[in-house]
Amino acid sequence: MTLTLSERQREYWRKNLRITAVLMVIWFLVTFGVGYFARDLNFTFFGWPFSFWVGGQGALIIYVLMIWYYARTMNRLDQEFGVAEGE
Amino acid sequence: MASIFAAGESGNAAADHAAFKKQLNKVYGWYIGGFIIFVIVLGLLEQMGLPRSWIGIIFLLATIGLYAGIGIMSRTTEAAEYYVAGRRVPAMYNGMATGADWMSAASFIGMAGTLYLTGYGGLAFIMGWTGGYCLVAFFLAPYLRKFGQFTIPDFLGARYEGNLPRLIGIFAAILCSFTYVVAQIVGVGIITARLTGLAFEIGVFLGLAGILVCSFLGGMRAVTWTQVAQYIILIIAYMIPVIWLGVQQSGMPIPQLAYGHKLQTISQIEEKLINDPKEKEVQAIFKARADELSAKLKDVPAALAADKAAAQKRVADLKAANAPAAEVQAAEAALAAVPANAEDATRAWTAARTDNTARARPLGGMPRHAQQFAGNPDGDAAAQKTFNESRRNFLALIFCLMVGTAALPHILVRYYTTPSVKEARDSVTWSLFFIFLLYFTAPALAVLVKFEMFNFVVGTPFANLPAWVANWQQVDPTLLSVTDVNKDGILQLGEIKIGGDIIVLATPEIGGLPYVISGLVAAGGLAAALSTADGLLLTIANALSHDLYYKMIDPNATTSRRVGVSKALLLVVALAAAYVASLKPADILFLVSAAFSFAAAAFFPALTLGIFWKRANKWGAVVGMIGGLAITFYYMATTQPWLRGLFGVTSPIAENTWWAIQPISAGLFGVPIGFFLIIVVSLLTGAPRQDTQDLVEHVRYPNLKAA
Repeated sequence: MTLTLSERQREYWRKNLRITAVLMVIWFLVTFGVGYFARDLNFTFFGWPFSFWVGGQGALIIYVLMIWYYARTMNRLDQEFGVAEGE
Repeated sequence: MASIFAAGESGNAAADHAAFKKQLNKVYGWYIGGFIIFVIVLGLLEQMGLPRSWIGIIFLLATIGLYAGIGIMSRTTEAAEYYVAGRRVPAMYNGMATGADWMSAASFIGMAGTLYLTGYGGLAFIMGWTGGYCLVAFFLAPYLRKFGQFTIPDFLGARYEGNLPRLIGIFAAILCSFTYVVAQIVGVGIITARLTGLAFEIGVFLGLAGILVCSFLGGMRAVTWTQVAQYIILIIAYMIPVIWLGVQQSGMPIPQLAYGHKLQTISQIEEKLINDPKEKEVQAIFKARADELSAKLKDVPAALAADKAAAQKRVADLKAANAPAAEVQAAEAALAAVPANAEDATRAWTAARTDNTARARPLGGMPRHAQQFAGNPDGDAAAQKTFNESRRNFLALIFCLMVGTAALPHILVRYYTTPSVKEARDSVTWSLFFIFLLYFTAPALAVLVKFEMFNFVVGTPFANLPAWVANWQQVDPTLLSVTDVNKDGILQLGEIKIGGDIIVLATPEIGGLPYVISGLVAAGGLAAALSTADGLLLTIANALSHDLYYKMIDPNATTSRRVGVSKALLLVVALAAAYVASLKPADILFLVSAAFSFAAAAFFPALTLGIFWKRANKWGAVVGMIGGLAITFYYMATTQPWLRGLFGVTSPIAENTWWAIQPISAGLFGVPIGFFLIIVVSLLTGAPRQDTQDLVEHVRYPNLKAA
């Protein structure tokens, strides 16, 4: 049996890839971008040197928010494109 | 009672799931309340004079008994229950279980200590061990859940058409998990010994019993529900002392939000300490001792003979002078401590020289807490080189820890246990949230303790030191020891020798909390070690029983036989791990961090390309996994001192390193090579079968109906 996907199903996967790519860019900038320029990003941020705060808290908060956003968006996309479970 | 963790069977899945969740909320709500009352009662008993050793034993028995109770209630012989907890663990509870599965004894006890000792550099662990969950969420968890089998080698076997990729998966899963589980059992032994005063070896086997009662009877089902219980204990245990210390220092119950100002104070004090003449005096003494040892190491036999003659002469002189017996005994002990031969002397003196050289540096060898990387980008060539290498290794370590996190089989299988793809996605959010709670607290704790140390311990006369300093020096001098090196009666930072684990263990005492909270912290460390060990043991036993035995040796085995084999193997693996742990292998910490590089190189490229690139095929995966592992292993074997000794590598380390990367980050080379090999070899060989390509499409959609 050969599986053929409808245009709408392909569109779902393309959207998924696009969302994933955008989130990975943010992930990269927060982790390795701030990490690489840590010495330069040394201005005071609520008492912390900025890059220290990002490493100890800021990056972690952004990671949690990104995963939360991804789950919420994909769960909605499932519904919108008729690929949710139980349909 | 056995039905607490079993769902109803009315036939309506959604209603059953909602009822099951409600029931779980009730059970764990009572559990949290009960646990808090238990701690309060113990606190009251302590006030009434219950001895400390009793509190330790009660904590140990009560928590292990509790886990055993959950294990017995969750016993099962059904395959889906045993391997994936019946696939009905709600997202939030799976998040807690993953949190406990993930956070090991090293995270709980060691993390804050690492941050205390290394400052900004230690944040690589904080970012690496949380950011990896982004990769889990975006690339793996929902797709593996849709695939919906039992293990990670299962996926490799199905996606890459055959038993060879599965076999490599089994090998890699065991390689990563076994060293890791040994480290957890060592942790269990140390904590048990500390709680009860029993010997380390007895602690190991007591802890082993605690691990087995959870996993043996009920497999993943029992492990899941004990891990939830263990998460609750470990997070309460971690938070209470930190909140208390925060309130004490600045009246602020959430110190995580305000420790930036403490960090500024620490930086100012560091500046003062670096220029302090008394600190320099102490450093000079250590430098002189190191130089003296260097001189002795130039001609070991002569120096040894001189040492021996001097010690003998002292004994003879004291005896001749009719000195007090105690003095004579001390001199005889000193004579006995002189190394027996040149080889021993070389080893002992080299170690002592390393130790003294380290302590001859400013701030007791610690970098400035807030300083990003060593060296100086605007300094001379050497300073620039140090800076670049330090930064490169920091980023490389983050990369390996992140990719390794997203490739450790015992974490990935947790996402098989949720009821749906949707819940698997939500579950990663919960997992990282629960892990985040501890990881964003650890850097705050490190700063709070350093603030306390710099303000109330360093610069204090020896006679007025806080009581906890003397207590810990007595309990375990490897964790904390202070000696008046320059004999000025005042404690300098350079005179403190500190082991990282003390930061978490001593926090209750530093904050002046009763002993019951120290017991609680130890119980939290025990929960962290036991929960991780459970998940790892199950992964190893299932790789052997499900993948090797059932899928490759006897595909006709009945369900009960499969589960039976799994349980038998669990016992064997657990005993083997406990045996290795009882030998106290010295380089276990390195092996644990190495596990991340191995997992990253072996699994991550094959798993992600298997989902995102239909063209990836069997031979690509086989070559890529072996190649990635082999490069990682080769790099470690040629650059890590212990492995070099094992394999007899003698060429200088500096010649073998690539871009000065530390062996712990060997995955930095293994991962890209794994990706490269899978892509090239796949393109050189044929496309996968049509049904395999259809499987990939099915995995990508939560529910794919034919168009």
